[in-house]
Amino acid sequence: MPAHLGAPLRRDFPFFQAHPSTAYLDTGATSQRPEAVIAAESAFVQRDYAAVHRGSSMATGEATWAFETAREKVARFVGAGEREIVWAQGATDALNMVSLGIADASMGLGDERFALREGDEIVVTEAEHHANLIPWQRLAAKTGAVLKWASVDERGLWTIEGLRDQVTPRTRLIAFSHVSNVTGQIAPVTDIVEIAHRVGALTVLDACQSVPHLPVDLAALGVDFAAFSAHKMLGPNGIGALFGRAELLDALPPARTGGSMIKVVSMQEATFLPAPNRFEAGTQPVSQAVGFAAAIDYLDGLGMDAVAAHEHEIGQSLVEEVVRIPGVRLVGPAPGSPRGALVSVIVDGVHAHDVGQFLDDRNITVRTGHHCAQPLHRALGVPSSTRASAGVYSTPDDAAAFGAALADVRAFFGADR
Amino acid sequence: MSSALEQMYQELILDHAKTPEGKGDPNAHPYTHHELNPSCGDEITVGVSVDDGRITGLAWEGQGCSISMSSASIMSGLLATSTRDEALARIGEFREMMRSRGAVEPSEALGDAAAFQNTAKYVMRVKCAMLAWVALEADLKESLAA
Repeated sequence: MPAHLGAPLRRDFPFFQAHPSTAYLDTGATSQRPEAVIAAESAFVQRDYAAVHRGSSMATGEATWAFETAREKVARFVGAGEREIVWAQGATDALNMVSLGIADASMGLGDERFALREGDEIVVTEAEHHANLIPWQRLAAKTGAVLKWASVDERGLWTIEGLRDQVTPRTRLIAFSHVSNVTGQIAPVTDIVEIAHRVGALTVLDACQSVPHLPVDLAALGVDFAAFSAHKMLGPNGIGALFGRAELLDALPPARTGGSMIKVVSMQEATFLPAPNRFEAGTQPVSQAVGFAAAIDYLDGLGMDAVAAHEHEIGQSLVEEVVRIPGVRLVGPAPGSPRGALVSVIVDGVHAHDVGQFLDDRNITVRTGHHCAQPLHRALGVPSSTRASAGVYSTPDDAAAFGAALADVRAFFGADR
Repeated sequence: MSSALEQMYQELILDHAKTPEGKGDPNAHPYTHHELNPSCGDEITVGVSVDDGRITGLAWEGQGCSISMSSASIMSGLLATSTRDEALARIGEFREMMRSRGAVEPSEALGDAAAFQNTAKYVMRVKCAMLAWVALEADLKESLAA
């Protein structure tokens, strides 16, 4: 395990100064922020704040430079060109930009290549987060396209064969998560891209649980679009990124329109800027972008290979803790198989909210509920589960505390009798 | 185990969660409402019969955490034979207590439901405790309009 991650990092995070004994295992929901990120955003607001891409003052120039430098950093971090990164409120917003843009094109308001027709198909998996499901449900309803999906098994896992079976020559788009936020299953991205290319379908990758935790090169993966959020990768909330291949972004209709995204406006119509600005109508989250860039600097300083190695070990420790507790069911890949640095469990006879309350009482912060994946939980046969998810500051002690507390839950609630 | 956790999950609450009272077919009664907590999937349906301003039958079914289930159970015991006005008053009082983050002391009229005063300190669990009460309130208001 890289020695510079885990416990030594906690001093960089004000949250752990305030809560030194908390085992924070909810990074999959949102991460804590290092002082460097908070300070960068604060310094920008205090010294350098001005309108971006508007006017001609020196201050505007400086702020615009900071804003665009942040974009370059995010782009480089994921192997993208700088014109291939669009600012979004978060990943949910980014995914909606794609689905709404395709809906516009389907209504004749943009490039024909995106238009969906009745009987065209959109393929997803049953494990998707609602943010990568409902936008496609809505798109199907608007266009007459058919939504299909690869089903999950009793562990919550889908297979590449199951996904391939859903793909036909009518498939126009395949949307899937790189790392499942519930099961931790890692998708074989390049295999799916190949399946999509065979039928000329677009690929949309929900990278929320991968970009913060693994080295990710979107160009090498070959996906057409991808989405991720800053607040899950040590950055501020209120900002995320849509990645799109440049020629696609330049052609996708902008779902939101207004100031700063136009070339020429008459009383009847408007023409739009190329990407990324065509998608950035209105005032942008400028200080958040600066904070996002500081988070990238921090992660770069740690090294994403080291981050992945550290979190892999924490993830495996969490699995080892879980599998030795009677009456606790592990969701997702079997022990020893690759998974993201998270585990979800179902405690026999105890509701997830009660599990979470018990863990919280031991200063262990986890996520309980359906984790915005109701269809997946329905397939698991439960309304909710309990998830522990790791980050750069997670320690083996966090995993051990989680295991020790989880082992006591059933006795406390009388579920072992 | 901290005393805070034990105050929240008192024996009374855990007992009711394990062996709930008042469970039955809500649809055997003329007024039924379904309540869902979308954040965790807990759901409950409460059915009542009301005759001459008094509850003459109450049954509920549902699934959920120990707080939502025990709260439904305790509510059944407390209100199953109340007048509608009394029941609506108790529901209002329970809601006031649950929304007070533990500051409002329950009156004796709330009976065993007073045990949820400690749950009120946990904002994320208030909805669990309220679920059955909200469904019953909707039933009773519908019966008023009938």
